[in-house]
Amino acid sequence: MFAVVGTVPDQQFPLTCGQVALSGRMLEINGHRLAVNRGTPALLAAAVNICDYFNAPPPFAYLVGDIGTGAGSRKLYSHLEADLPSQKFGSLTFHYIQPDVDWHNRVMLAMEKMSPRPVVIADAGFMYAAKMSGYADFYDIFTPDIGELAFLADESAPHPFYTRGFIFHESNRVPELIARAYQYQNAARYLLIKGEQDVLADADGIIQAVSEPMVAVLEAIGGTGDILTGLVAALTGLGYEIPIACCHASAISRLAGETARPDPGSQVIDIIRCLSECAASFLNEDKHNTILNKTKERETC
Amino acid sequence: MGIFDFFKKKPSAGVAGLKDRGILVFENTSEVIQAENLLAKNGWKIRVMGPPPEIRTGCDLVIEFPLIEELEILRVLESGQIAPLQIVPVSSPLLEPVDIFFTTDYGRFLMVRAANMKITVEKETRTVVNISGGGCPDVPYLAAEMVGKSLDEAPSPRSIGHTLCGYALQLAYEEMERQCSP
Repeated sequence: MFAVVGTVPDQQFPLTCGQVALSGRMLEINGHRLAVNRGTPALLAAAVNICDYFNAPPPFAYLVGDIGTGAGSRKLYSHLEADLPSQKFGSLTFHYIQPDVDWHNRVMLAMEKMSPRPVVIADAGFMYAAKMSGYADFYDIFTPDIGELAFLADESAPHPFYTRGFIFHESNRVPELIARAYQYQNAARYLLIKGEQDVLADADGIIQAVSEPMVAVLEAIGGTGDILTGLVAALTGLGYEIPIACCHASAISRLAGETARPDPGSQVIDIIRCLSECAASFLNEDKHNTILNKTKERETC
Repeated sequence: MGIFDFFKKKPSAGVAGLKDRGILVFENTSEVIQAENLLAKNGWKIRVMGPPPEIRTGCDLVIEFPLIEELEILRVLESGQIAPLQIVPVSSPLLEPVDIFFTTDYGRFLMVRAANMKITVEKETRTVVNISGGGCPDVPYLAAEMVGKSLDEAPSPRSIGHTLCGYALQLAYEEMERQCSP
């Protein structure tokens, strides 16, 4: 079993922990129903599709309502501090949550008590807190987009909002930004950089870039990054090695993006609905040879 | 001065030039936005900036103000029932918000990115069709409130957002309005 921590955009939504299910366009947890638009519900919906393919139990979710005031996030942090030490998860993914360094550190101490240690993935607000805390190297995977990679590369920025102008967020500077993020110890063991081409890297540089199929409009669609993180959460949670999980997740999400034939106004649920078919196509038919070999860097995936 | 005038380039003051400045620290970003609105409405020359490292918590803004005006500014804030947690003299340059935009033209649609936030609009109808990026919990909320509405009808991120991601989206939103203006 693997777990996902995040928020939903409804202030009244209570702290809720349990396994999720997908019913059409809605995510269900403990009798609550959530629209799958973007954010953590989109991440979970993507993960459920992978679990269905493997006939595995669905993800366990820690969710709370928060519209940005941080009140819900603090309740969630507090619950995690008490609950995590006794839990066993294959992977543990942190997503949309109010960045708060003090709470981050308390939750990290709770994770240190977990046995066995899960693969720990940080995305979105929790990744910001992880970087700012100075403990980025505690994590196994960060999943930044290019703007967030620039933030990781800027040793003095506490949030992407303050990334200094001389660190340009340009895709052709990805190797330089990766090197800088590791130089200042602001990166996890692996970085999966989401973008026009998805790039998997570690402290030694780029491991693999995945750029096929290329669907340029995906960048505009809110939630496509959440899909990718959800697939990584599921595949690592089901026991895949991290580099393989990241490369497969990237390829499957791109295939789904292509299959959905989206335009910049499409919604992420249209892509999520293609995931099962594309996961089966990729994992059954060995499509990864045609997708991943095209842009191979190091022989890991 | 508008709330987001601080995004515009300003000549940077050296440390020596900061000695007459202080910062107002609030409980959360929402209070910073309220205080900035109130002070700007009353004509104060203030700027919203990043806090110094010793008081950062993770997702913060502070208000830089002329120290000599402290009492009067506090009076205005008290009248609006927005009390700062701390008032600290500025001792080192504060972080400046991002001021770089990236625009992608998809033909029928236009996407603008500021920092980690992206907004996409259908050009002909000026309808917000997507909001992506970001990591703070108000991003999905902002998207739910704005997507499907025209730029004229949608609430501005600064009016309903609470975090730095909300501020970044406001920046992208203002740039989109500029680029989509008739």
